[in-house]
Amino acid sequence: MAQKAIREYDGKAIFARHWNEYFDGFHYGFKSVLVTSGDELREKAKEHGFEWLNQENLVAKPDMLFGKRGKNGLVLFKINKPGDVKLEDAARWIDEKQSHEVTLLSGQTGHLTHFIVEPFTPHTQEQEYYISATTVGEDDVLYMSAEGGMEVEEGWDEKVNEVHIPINMVDANIKKAIKANIPQDIPAKNRDAFASFAMQFFKFYRDMNFAYLEINPIVMLDDGEMAILDLVARLDDTAGFLMRDAWGDIEFPTPFGMEDQSPAEKAISEADSKSGASLKLTVLNPQGRIWTMVAGGGASVVYADTIADFAGVKDLANYGEYSGGPTTGETKFYAETIFDLMTRYKDPRGKVLIIGGAIANFTDVAKTFTGIIQALEEYADKLKEHNTVIYVRRGGPNYEKGLKDIKEAGDRLGLDIHVYGPETHITDIVRMALEK
Amino acid sequence: MSKLYTKDTQAIFWNNNKTAIQRMLDYDYTIGRDKPSVAGIVAPTSSNKFEKFFYGADEIMIPLYKSTPEAVKEQPQADVLLNFASFRTAYDVVMEAISIEGQFKSIMVTAEGIPERLARKMNQAARDAGVTVIGPATVGAIAPGAFKIANIGGTIDNIINSKLHRAGSCGLVTRSGGLFNELSNIIAINGDGIAEGVAIGGDRFVGSVFIDNMLRMESNPDVKYMLLLGEVGGTEEYKVIDAIKSGKIKKPVIAWCIGTIAKHFSSGVQFGHAGASANAERETAEYKNKAMKEAGIYVPDSFNDLPATIAEVYGKLREEGVIGEIEEPKINLIPKVRRPKQFICTISDDRGEEATYAGFPISSVATPDTGKGIGDVISLLWFKKVYPKWATEFIETVIKTVADHGPAVSGAHNAKVTARAGKSVVEALVTGLLTIGPRFGGAIDGAAKYFKYADDNNLSPAEFLSYMKKQGIPIPGIGHRIKSLKNPDLRVTGLMNFAKEYFPSTPLLDYARTVEALTTSKKENLILNVDGTIGILMVDMWRALGYAESEIDEFIESGTLNAFFIVGRSIGFIGHILDEKRLAMPMYRHPMDDILYDVQKAEEI
Repeated sequence: MAQKAIREYDGKAIFARHWNEYFDGFHYGFKSVLVTSGDELREKAKEHGFEWLNQENLVAKPDMLFGKRGKNGLVLFKINKPGDVKLEDAARWIDEKQSHEVTLLSGQTGHLTHFIVEPFTPHTQEQEYYISATTVGEDDVLYMSAEGGMEVEEGWDEKVNEVHIPINMVDANIKKAIKANIPQDIPAKNRDAFASFAMQFFKFYRDMNFAYLEINPIVMLDDGEMAILDLVARLDDTAGFLMRDAWGDIEFPTPFGMEDQSPAEKAISEADSKSGASLKLTVLNPQGRIWTMVAGGGASVVYADTIADFAGVKDLANYGEYSGGPTTGETKFYAETIFDLMTRYKDPRGKVLIIGGAIANFTDVAKTFTGIIQALEEYADKLKEHNTVIYVRRGGPNYEKGLKDIKEAGDRLGLDIHVYGPETHITDIVRMALEK
Repeated sequence: MSKLYTKDTQAIFWNNNKTAIQRMLDYDYTIGRDKPSVAGIVAPTSSNKFEKFFYGADEIMIPLYKSTPEAVKEQPQADVLLNFASFRTAYDVVMEAISIEGQFKSIMVTAEGIPERLARKMNQAARDAGVTVIGPATVGAIAPGAFKIANIGGTIDNIINSKLHRAGSCGLVTRSGGLFNELSNIIAINGDGIAEGVAIGGDRFVGSVFIDNMLRMESNPDVKYMLLLGEVGGTEEYKVIDAIKSGKIKKPVIAWCIGTIAKHFSSGVQFGHAGASANAERETAEYKNKAMKEAGIYVPDSFNDLPATIAEVYGKLREEGVIGEIEEPKINLIPKVRRPKQFICTISDDRGEEATYAGFPISSVATPDTGKGIGDVISLLWFKKVYPKWATEFIETVIKTVADHGPAVSGAHNAKVTARAGKSVVEALVTGLLTIGPRFGGAIDGAAKYFKYADDNNLSPAEFLSYMKKQGIPIPGIGHRIKSLKNPDLRVTGLMNFAKEYFPSTPLLDYARTVEALTTSKKENLILNVDGTIGILMVDMWRALGYAESEIDEFIESGTLNAFFIVGRSIGFIGHILDEKRLAMPMYRHPMDDILYDVQKAEEI
């Protein structure tokens, strides 16, 4: 993986850590806390340095990588009128929001677990601006607008100025390009300050290896005081080894609604993290009819494509792959996990198991199949009970022995097994299995 | 550059990845390349000078270097860099290679997960320098029958099955490395194999993209049609569409983007690579397949129909006579059992009719009518070179000069004492030889080393003297017990006169003479002595013979100069030993009155 979303709180923390180094002439207070319950918020308020939680009016919202929190009614900024939220109100609100499942307008469903709480910042619409940067094609692009908040999204093309910045552009030219593209709507008295901020924002985005960084809105208060009201950020996590100190203790959370992995998926991802090999499993439909156990990332994609082509996507039960030379034990565990999942729900048409893979470079196919054969032995009865038909296709070192072994094992166990080698097109077993 | 690689292409392999390199050499042997495809290996932390590999049943040695610049200095013909550094160092390796102007035509980067910003910088720098980057995050590329990178293509069995051992007529570009073998196999079954194949890499930012490789293939006469296997995500396929529309690509193109399944899932499930996620409709596999079909590209209805499409296009080109019959070449079979050799010999060979010294039969250098002397034999066996007459005569002069220096020097004395103890010639000789070292005979090495250092660093004689003073060692090769400028050592005079007359030039000796002028002005007997003269003239000899300074430093470091002393002085030692045997002298005991006894009673502690 390369680009990973981070929490709003963590993004602001990176800003705060490097503010003085980058943002000359501006000030940022960084009053934010990240909590997982009302009690945690109440405790936080007793700590030194967090007195403001008791003294100021607050804003609370979930910090879980999804946007449009205002439209989803998930921003607490008023009880009776804007800016009257006290600590206790925020704590109670957090506990209430946590207590039940939430479905967003986008349809994602899940539990809210992380909340960011900050002071309420009174300001005018004129003080709000928009700024963001990301990579488009080969270039970086800086986006600036005189209008922040929801307005900017509604009139993007008219309201936003873009600056394209090639990777090898020198700072002096970047500065010129930004200056020349400052939105006309920004009041004359603020233009120089905004240009200066934008340049520093871009350098910060670049040096910190952000893949995406958006502040909407950024509020320019008096005397260079800046308030970051909302922030969305993705980091290039491949730069992690360079940025350990710069990023600090950063977390890459699973997106909202995706955190509920099944125990089987969890077990596979745990095995994956402990192994030098790659083991991946996503259950798409636990009651699906067609199950796959595919070696290699590219191969797993073409099998999924072909199953969707022949049977439609709802029959496809899982997606995943194993590769990178897993041990016999790891392969057995991976196979057993799939066999277990696929024998939980009955399907009157019977089940289809695709044991597929491309021509391996150097993985010993016979060795890999040893683990699968052991798992077949364990699950033979259950597989038969579910009228499972098994199609195997593989090539690579020692494939003749591997195919012979699995065929013999299948016959011995009384399984309905069909075995093919590299002379058969990789995905053609899907056609054979589904055309019957 | 119409072809990525030819049968003469040689690479520098960055990182001593032995299995991958062995696979390249097995391929080279199978297809009958003249030279191995790997010219050198960069192994920054290894102290070895070479690595052994099999070439067929035999073994060959591939040199190891500490850095890329060092490797290309020795292997300037290698214009491909195979960068197998980790994601932490791969960027630095590429940038260094690009900075060596005009050296590398292409660089392959295998590391996955290079920071995106660094990958972009690296790709831009390569484009500016006109270097084709394959990768990052790739299994590589292959020009069948010519050159194969590392592990691509799999085992030799699979390579032959998939016809990757000789050029076919399809140009293959793919993002997925894992499906590369599969596609080669499909193309071999439904066509006649590939002419050139590139896996461009799975990271979001790769150096050369589909269009870069396909434009090259368009101009490669061996490529008759192309196959592109793309993926969901990104817009690179549209550049190919544009090139077809504008007529830059005229050869038939077959294409398919995998990941059509992704449209069924809004988010969350990552199908395939880091680069593989669609941010917009036109980045979906389905949309791209449709757009390619509309542009006149051969796009099958599904991935499963790809073989039929290949058969169709290939059949059409065969019918039109664009593609002819391919003559299957002869294959060299790699023996099933190979054993690494325990010893290596590069100087002589006794396997033929007659044993040879560095390729010369012994009879061609042994007898007087050959005009060859012991100096010639030394030049063959020690240096594997045929030295000119003046050099072999100088070597002989040295050996003759150092043969003996009387019975009182410590080595000869030891040999005599041992002989008198009733030991054999070899035992007595070894005792004498074991005395040779930093104090006895070692001045030859030392003089060569320090005078060369001073000369290399342009030290004036005064600076040299003060440098040696700081080191706390007297200058090796300077000083004699009794001889002086007025009363010269005639052995030294002889060596110097010989050199003046026959050496092309004597820069180090000339320098040493200026040092001698300074030292003798301080004390009469601080002359350049015979050890010093030999050491210095040896350096001048090697310089005149065209050796690099680094090679000469290596001779000095490995003790080659002392070796001349060992050979020469063995003659004298044997003389002394035979003298003792002849005289039948009794066991030697040192007179007690010649020893100062000063033994205190040991204190208890």
